[in-house]
Amino acid sequence: MISGAEIVIRCLQEEKVDCVFGYPGGSVLHIYDALFKQDQVKHILVRHEQAAVHAADAYSRSSQRVGVALVTSGPGVTNTVTGIATAYMDSIPMVVLTGQVPSFYIGQDAFQECDTVGITRPCVKHNFLVKDVKDLAVTIKKAFHIASTGRPGPVVVDIPKDITAQMCEFDYPKTIQMRSYNPVVKGHLGQIKKAVQILQEAKRPVIYTGGGVILSDAAEQLTKLAHKLNFPVTNTLMGLGGYPATDKQFIGMLGMHGTFEANNAMHYADVILAIGARFDDRVIGNPEHFGEEKRRVIHIDIDPSSISKRVKVDVPIVGNVPDVLEEIVKLMDGGFKTDPEVANWWRQIDEWRGRDSLRYKQSEHIMPQFVMEKLYEVTGGNAFITSDVGQHQMFAAQYYKFDKPRRWINSGGLGTMGVGLPYGMGVLMANPDAQVACVTGEGSIQMCIQELSTCKQYGFPIKIINLNNGMLGMVRQWQEMFYSKRYSQSYVTSLPDFVKLAEAYGHVGMKIEKPEDVEPALRKAFTEHKDDLVFMDFIIDPGANVFPMVAAGKGLTEMILAEDL
Amino acid sequence: MRHIISILIENESGALSRVAGLFSARGYNIESLTVAPTEDPSLSRMTILTSGSDEVLEQITKQLNKLVDVVKVVDLSEAAHVERELMLIKVRATGKDREEMKRMADIFRGRIIDVTESTYVIELTGASSKLDSFIAALDAGLILETVRTGVCGIGRGDRILKV
Repeated sequence: MISGAEIVIRCLQEEKVDCVFGYPGGSVLHIYDALFKQDQVKHILVRHEQAAVHAADAYSRSSQRVGVALVTSGPGVTNTVTGIATAYMDSIPMVVLTGQVPSFYIGQDAFQECDTVGITRPCVKHNFLVKDVKDLAVTIKKAFHIASTGRPGPVVVDIPKDITAQMCEFDYPKTIQMRSYNPVVKGHLGQIKKAVQILQEAKRPVIYTGGGVILSDAAEQLTKLAHKLNFPVTNTLMGLGGYPATDKQFIGMLGMHGTFEANNAMHYADVILAIGARFDDRVIGNPEHFGEEKRRVIHIDIDPSSISKRVKVDVPIVGNVPDVLEEIVKLMDGGFKTDPEVANWWRQIDEWRGRDSLRYKQSEHIMPQFVMEKLYEVTGGNAFITSDVGQHQMFAAQYYKFDKPRRWINSGGLGTMGVGLPYGMGVLMANPDAQVACVTGEGSIQMCIQELSTCKQYGFPIKIINLNNGMLGMVRQWQEMFYSKRYSQSYVTSLPDFVKLAEAYGHVGMKIEKPEDVEPALRKAFTEHKDDLVFMDFIIDPGANVFPMVAAGKGLTEMILAEDL
Repeated sequence: MRHIISILIENESGALSRVAGLFSARGYNIESLTVAPTEDPSLSRMTILTSGSDEVLEQITKQLNKLVDVVKVVDLSEAAHVERELMLIKVRATGKDREEMKRMADIFRGRIIDVTESTYVIELTGASSKLDSFIAALDAGLILETVRTGVCGIGRGDRILKV
């Protein structure tokens, strides 16, 4: 017989969890004591519970494993909600273990009590309250199973303190069967055949792929299929890296800040092959405008509810993306021929490409786009890029060419500022030797800046690329364009001296103010300071905006280009 | 369009709030909702009366199926089914109204299940429209209280919702 707390740790060991991100407190003291007595599961002590969940989330995003966070009851839990919602929106597998007040106190407004299951219910794939120590191991098994199968997502397991003290036999189930949870994995062959037929008839095809390709590790199958078809490929923000950005068939990211060629190709395509993507509002713009063109849509997704949610789909294929793609390739071996008109479509796309919609003007100041280009050069395109949310995120997505999946780590769905730094920590725990750059702004970085302390404790050598324009850039851009330049609360006064701040935490700080200093500074950071966290404060052109842009409510082809202004 | 959704769901605490939360979070209507354990006490059966376009209904069933505790979902109103609702209605029953109430209850095949000097409680079962008609047929001033269970329904013949 072992205690509930020891059962929790044994379960993590059985799941081959090598680290958890967490913060101790009253309700989880037994669990922390059990953690102390072993060394298989490492613990990363964050400075705020939000960062624990973000780090666990990035651990999952950057590997094929499930990140784990451990926090105490009450405020420990409420602090995790942003992180859980962030993971939920991007379908990231994660298990969050939360302490709860002793079961006999539940409902009595005990110290540090909150209704964890109630508070997290709308932003988890599933959650559990463990009411009996005998159910503890099987519940944790279920949590890992649910988090990592089907459309992945975060699962919360709430464990009352008395349960962690009770003794029980430990028996970890090898497999789990749930009559209420059996996600479909195999695509319907009839539908796949229909899809192949339509691909054959396509005259203006586009392959549009999202985060599902990354999550299901289908990059290889996608590349193989796309090469066989010779169709253009566009990625969503979440899908970047699912197809090599340097490949000639890649036409860039699409959507609100997508390229001219990607948005036009998507709009005017007669056949869209959508893979692990969900036609969200930032991708297709105004749905009525998008619906004006007649086209056929093939949609492959593990989640049936993502299909025909926003755009009517002609051929729905529910299944595991890599398996379905392999099935398509197999069927194509039997005398598949694409339509000769596709060549004309490519000519059209090349004409759109000729607009060079990501071109920007240099100025006397550092242009943020330039920093991203140099970052790409200096890291050889091999870095893991974590990002916060705002203009800098879009610049990173547009100018850093991701050739590999799981290298671009950002909050796409929820758009959570503050994730970048803790994301870097999670990436480094999953990929200890990786080069990691956190692209951020002076607004976002301050939302989780306390983690500089965690980075010092564990020696996380993150390179923070702070694109500092003294403005909440994306808010400022919208105010400039749609609110007659009334810059309501988007100007950040009293910024800290980031160099001194970094140094105060024991890190290296650099301030870069001239375009010619950008590359040398980056080189220095990635070579001389390879093993240090370097906070690089780039003072950038305060007027730089993200283009192309599809304004809210506009159609995909109604882009504002930099050249128009 | 009016739809009756039947759900088999694990009889766990919080199961109801998962379903109710889904409807409110995604802006779907619930006109009535009934729930009780089935012959297998580990399962509850829930009946939800809702409305919406075909697209909305498709999403409702897909989203319900996505809930981890949900075992099965059917849209009963897609095919032949029977539906019933039960109402208890307390009415004033004095003077000449007392006889009239009794007669109305008989016409609608209701039963009087509680009697005092001045009131009746009438039990009435049927399609929701029948209960509505009964209410409409009474003098509104005589209705003291009504309580309805919400719709429950079952497929006809071989249409069976079971694990």
